[in-house]
Amino acid sequence: MSGKSSKVSSWRTVAARLLLVLLLIGCSESVALAAPASRSIADRSVSWPTASQWRRVLFLEDYNTRVVLLGVAVLGAAAGLVGSFTLLRKRALLGDALAHASTPGIALAFMFATALGLDGKSLPVLLLGATITGVLGIGVVLVVRSQTRLKEDAALGIVLSVFFGAGVALLGIVQQMESGSAAGLEGFIYGKTASMNASDARLILVASGIAVVGCLLLFKEFKLLCFDENFAGSRGMPVLVLDLCLMALVVLVTIVGLQAVGLILVVALFVTPTAAARFWTEKLWRVAGLSALMGGVGGVFGAAASALMPRLPSGAMIVLASTALFAFSMFFGTARGVLIRWLRRFRVNRRVRRRHLLRGLYELLELDEPDSVFRRDARVPVETVLATRSWSRNQLSRTIASAQHEELITLREDSIGLTQSGYVQAARLTREHRLWELYLITHAEVAPSRVDRDADAIEHVLEPELVDELERLLEQQPVHIAVPASPHDSLSPGALQ
Amino acid sequence: MDFKANSTSDSMTNGSAVGPDDTAIALSVDDLTVAYHRKPVIWDVAIDLPAGSLIGIVGPNGAGKSTLLKAIMNLVPRASGRVAVFGKPYRASRHRVGYVPQRESVDWDFPVDALDVVTMGLYSKIGWCLPVRKKHREAGMEALRRVGIADLANRQISQLSGGQQQRTFLARALVQDADLYLMDEPFAAVDASTEKAIVELLRELKSRGKTVVVIHHDLQTVPEYFDYAVLLNMRVVAHGPIESVFTSENLQKTYGGRLTLLDEVSEAMRRRERSL
Repeated sequence: MSGKSSKVSSWRTVAARLLLVLLLIGCSESVALAAPASRSIADRSVSWPTASQWRRVLFLEDYNTRVVLLGVAVLGAAAGLVGSFTLLRKRALLGDALAHASTPGIALAFMFATALGLDGKSLPVLLLGATITGVLGIGVVLVVRSQTRLKEDAALGIVLSVFFGAGVALLGIVQQMESGSAAGLEGFIYGKTASMNASDARLILVASGIAVVGCLLLFKEFKLLCFDENFAGSRGMPVLVLDLCLMALVVLVTIVGLQAVGLILVVALFVTPTAAARFWTEKLWRVAGLSALMGGVGGVFGAAASALMPRLPSGAMIVLASTALFAFSMFFGTARGVLIRWLRRFRVNRRVRRRHLLRGLYELLELDEPDSVFRRDARVPVETVLATRSWSRNQLSRTIASAQHEELITLREDSIGLTQSGYVQAARLTREHRLWELYLITHAEVAPSRVDRDADAIEHVLEPELVDELERLLEQQPVHIAVPASPHDSLSPGALQ
Repeated sequence: MDFKANSTSDSMTNGSAVGPDDTAIALSVDDLTVAYHRKPVIWDVAIDLPAGSLIGIVGPNGAGKSTLLKAIMNLVPRASGRVAVFGKPYRASRHRVGYVPQRESVDWDFPVDALDVVTMGLYSKIGWCLPVRKKHREAGMEALRRVGIADLANRQISQLSGGQQQRTFLARALVQDADLYLMDEPFAAVDASTEKAIVELLRELKSRGKTVVVIHHDLQTVPEYFDYAVLLNMRVVAHGPIESVFTSENLQKTYGGRLTLLDEVSEAMRRRERSL
């Protein structure tokens, strides 16, 4: 399975999820809004924040805002760091199953705690319940995957929907319960940073701290695990234990992140920053660092937006903020962003066409001047060059312009001539090309995959003795052309034209 | 029995002082059976591989060659069987084993460079939680130099050609300085000069008394590259010195009627005899 496709698919899942959540919010607002008495039911507008709201959030005037932003920043960073390993391990969606599977745990924890006369909405209790069913969910995925011949995506799909469905049903029952108000539990579904207090933030800090330290300590081990588990196993590394450690870190961060981001979107914290970081660098430690940074920044911006416009759930805002970072990275990333890839492809194509032009010119001049003495004033009409290859007039004139810019050719009155340096390059290219052709003809039994024609020079790929042999073959070609003709003509007469 | 013949031919080709010990067995597999889903993949494999030789494992696709190597290293569960590496269980002598997995088995899009991959061979030596240090990177560079791609040390691995990726994997095994190397198709889809470089490396390893077990696909080159062969098709059809086991009859048994290369192989054997 290729890394790219799995990354794309997990990314797509996140995007689809986000749309769904925004839709759901639209629907649920109308129901949930009945609660706040100060506002009229008809008032469903999301109002633009006032100047004083801006000031309070931007300058961190509220204690609560400070707590929330700090908590979310640390959470985002920890998730970004852990996520860089899970994404490379191609296990990103396991975290999603975990989050969804935690729903029934939250409802059940509330039920039990209320039945025992405890505070049903105490966060540690709810998170304990979430952890138990979440881990159970992952366990079921792993069992289904290893004991049946179902693939991981089927296992994930089944577990995720069954647990979430059960959870939603249980939450429905909880709402009907007479003892204790269950209002606020749905905050776990979409995320609600507003309800976060200092002790919640402390919980996030501790859990995230453990995750960060764990990742840093086991950086090298996780790297090898994600890259090549067979080799890791052959060296005696406990692959299973390492996988469990990684999973434990995911559980830790996911569970404490439920409150802030909501269980539907928490997976995005693990996927989006890493996918974005990958566009900027080819080094794992930089991917991890950048991913942590972007996770933190995305978290802060999202939580700030949610603080400014309290109707907008923080989870969705955080995901939107990190997605903005992702989109920016996707286009402008300096290592593998879309723009840089376009640019690289453009350059390669231009270079290939320039080479074709030089070689074409050389061969045309060669036909004109059998003694191959290079004359500075030898010229070829553009029309003749156009006929040598299947390029469009447009492509050719752009190629001519770029070759002119490089001072390889001169263009005068619709005829092209080679400059001194252009001639040298053209001769080298032609020789190289003919050696390759000869090689492919004389060593026809060699599989094409073993010939790396993209290499700069034939000498880098073939052994020197073989190149010598090919050179000798070239020299045995008809003597009237000092720089020998294309081997097509001599070795397989009539193969061309 | 077979080993006598092998060691004499070895000392003939080597001619050097360090001939492999007659009695030394690098790898001993006994009664090994591995089953994946419903049916066993390899049956009752029993082989003793002499130390200090180059050993080729050949067999058709699906013959269980990779599974055999993985089972030796406990990477897949065994249904039955014993494995001894230099007389001890794999666990006890794994620091003496260098593994070169199939190139296709990893994601080459992974964000690491060639030197990173090579230093992975030292992780178990470095120890848990400790970082890769300068001396480890230097050892990695030395290994890259030995396979001829030291200038590509900082290149991201997806930007390496197939042959260069294979050399990177070889360097990762070399850096361990093992005594037994298990290589899964190192010659698969590499360019001609890489193939030659790998062959030279194998010979160098052998001259230093190392044992190299190579899964190989190209029957024609088997007599040229190896001095010992294991013919595998779920069971071991034959194993022993090339001269005695690499016969048309055994190959027919291994590959069934599908083998069209038989003539070319016997030609290759004749070439080998002439060169000896």
